[in-house]
Amino acid sequence: MSSTIVSLPDQSTARIPKDNYLTRENGILSWLLTRDHKRIGILYLISMTFFFFIGGALAGLIRLELLTPQSDLMAADTYNKVFTMHGVIMIFFFLVPSVPGALGNFFLPMMIGAKDLALPKMNLASWYLYMAGGLLALWAMITGGVDTGWTFTTPLSTHYVNTNVITTGLAIFIAGFSSIFTGLNFIVTIHKMRAPGMTWFRMPLFVWANYAASILMVLGTPVLAIAIVLVALERTFGIGVFDPTKGGDPLLFQHLFWFYSHPAVYIMILPGMGVISEVISTFSRKRVFGYTAVAFSSVAIAVFGFFVWAHHMFIMGISNYAVLVFSLLTMLVAVPSAIKIFNWAFTLYKGSITFETPMLYAFGFMGLFTIGGMTGVFLGVSGTDIHLTETYFIVAHFHFVMVGGMLMAFLAGIHFWWPKMTGRMYPEKISQLAAVVTFIGFNLTFFPQFILGTLGMPRRYASYPPEFQILNVFSTAGATILGVGYLLPVLYLVWSLKYGKIAGNNPWQATGLEWQTQSPPLTENFATPPIMDHEAYDYEWLENQKEKEVASVR
Amino acid sequence: MWLFLLTEVMFFGGLFTVYMIYRNWYYPAFVAGSHQLSIPMGGLNSVLLITSSFTMALAVWFAEARKKSALVLCLILTFVLGVVFLGIKGLEYKEKFEKHHFPGTHYSLQSFINPASDPVAVAAGDKALPQDTAQRTELFFSLYFAMTGMHAMHMIVGMGILAFMIFRARAGAYTAGHTQFVEYFGYYWHFVDIVWIFLFPLLYLINRH
Repeated sequence: MSSTIVSLPDQSTARIPKDNYLTRENGILSWLLTRDHKRIGILYLISMTFFFFIGGALAGLIRLELLTPQSDLMAADTYNKVFTMHGVIMIFFFLVPSVPGALGNFFLPMMIGAKDLALPKMNLASWYLYMAGGLLALWAMITGGVDTGWTFTTPLSTHYVNTNVITTGLAIFIAGFSSIFTGLNFIVTIHKMRAPGMTWFRMPLFVWANYAASILMVLGTPVLAIAIVLVALERTFGIGVFDPTKGGDPLLFQHLFWFYSHPAVYIMILPGMGVISEVISTFSRKRVFGYTAVAFSSVAIAVFGFFVWAHHMFIMGISNYAVLVFSLLTMLVAVPSAIKIFNWAFTLYKGSITFETPMLYAFGFMGLFTIGGMTGVFLGVSGTDIHLTETYFIVAHFHFVMVGGMLMAFLAGIHFWWPKMTGRMYPEKISQLAAVVTFIGFNLTFFPQFILGTLGMPRRYASYPPEFQILNVFSTAGATILGVGYLLPVLYLVWSLKYGKIAGNNPWQATGLEWQTQSPPLTENFATPPIMDHEAYDYEWLENQKEKEVASVR
Repeated sequence: MWLFLLTEVMFFGGLFTVYMIYRNWYYPAFVAGSHQLSIPMGGLNSVLLITSSFTMALAVWFAEARKKSALVLCLILTFVLGVVFLGIKGLEYKEKFEKHHFPGTHYSLQSFINPASDPVAVAAGDKALPQDTAQRTELFFSLYFAMTGMHAMHMIVGMGILAFMIFRARAGAYTAGHTQFVEYFGYYWHFVDIVWIFLFPLLYLINRH
């Protein structure tokens, strides 16, 4: 593309720096016992890609089953297990740790000019906990699965099903500690490890977004932990806390569960929004419009996020007044989300925009997230919620936000920082193709589900009335295209590890501190500790900087 | 460390919320249930735990003052007080098991439907509860075991770390200027103490105002 801003170093002379975090130490142990945040980020990236494809395969099975109205590919029980495990794996082992675990671990310290996270051993421990939780969940899946839905709703989970509820619960409990550790680590690092001159309002917005998500992780996850412990106790000892025959209240479980699990959706989406802020600014060569507003809207989402949990329970017998209050609070969340979307749009305005792959994904994010967010308001209004809840409308809504929003942001981030992580460029043309394929496949998969939901097709059933078939066929076809869209990046990114063009320090001419060092970075990130003497996203500073630049001696 | 304690607060906060709601709904059953708990034992345990917090605070101070033997002594005292606490807790649990007050299939309502059969209930002047109210006492004991069990689990973890610290302190690890570990453990221990200070009145002392 002629308009591209990629200015690769002269390929005849360019080479990957000999000393970097990948080559400093060798051998499998140097990875498994590493305390380097960059290596841990890579470990996360590899392991969560693994879980993503397991979850994706389960999603493929779901769509295959729904190709025909009858429950013919698998029995209804099996279908229940498949969608439950799809939910559990995708949410707890992909979406929650995706951006913080891989990109946050890798780039958050570099962005604030630190050598590492504040607590490197804890960081490694969080990866081991994540793996332990993930493998336990897989083990639960192989030895019989679990069919409660990812929400473990009582009394179904405590009294009626006889599947691996406790094992899966334990897996989530362990993975919860992993995300608590990550959250703690980020908060401490952001408070204590900023480089000289890196004031709060000079931090990149990615850091702000991760900060807000970390607060949610630290405050929300323990409540999920206690809810799971109580379910386990109820199952093993019959303690009666959620058992109406003993005076307990099954709804109480949902209050505790959603007190975590609603903020959890912001844990998933906020870091993604951070990625989008970086990408949009870099590829429109402009400072993010309304930096302070975007930064505070992250925090506002985190705060509001704690006061909307009961909107998952409008039809479950909470009082009308509670419905009213939670409905209003829910709509309030739309405000900071809209602030972000509008500010990104204004950043684009009169920017010099180029269409590299990360930017394509970011555009995808903006469109799909807006649709996902708007339909969220439909669901927040209690009247329409009564019609739409537990239908495919909900399924489409959260897939638009989580897959259309978060996964797009994750892929944008992976492509954006790939040159920094590996020192090599991904192939531009085919990755642009992948971005477009993903976008088309996504819309074809999930847009029909909005219509299905409005027509009244309930979620979580293996069979459905024949008149819904045509839309379901569209959806399944879309899922196939989407699958190709996700497979492509894996193939060409792995290919680029060996054959990609050498990227150089700053292929995007971005302003973040992480771009002002070699790629791949040194183990200690910076040859000399950086000093932040300019505002975030200051492209003029970068221009002046280039004049002073000398060739790297390493 | 403060952030970690914050996560602990949220964890126990969930339990306390559950307790508060049910206590509000089933007040008479919770009162009758709480009469079954022994205040002397609970009170003694409170004293023990507060004392152990004091010895822990002393330990931090001695670590800062670089007094090795005093530090080791204080840590051992803290450990011993913890053991005694858990021992007393064990005795209380044993009594509950014997009276079939452990929730589950063997749960017995005898003490509440027919208080005359149970000297403890007689001493508290309990009146017979109707069947459905009496059944709610199971919920009280569920929460009693869940909350004190969770608390005991935290103590056991804490004592594991204490044992490790005693071992290290004898080698002189914390008396050479690096007192942070002792200090942070102190925070943790005080936190566990505070949880008990909330648990004691909630479980043992309701209806005794």
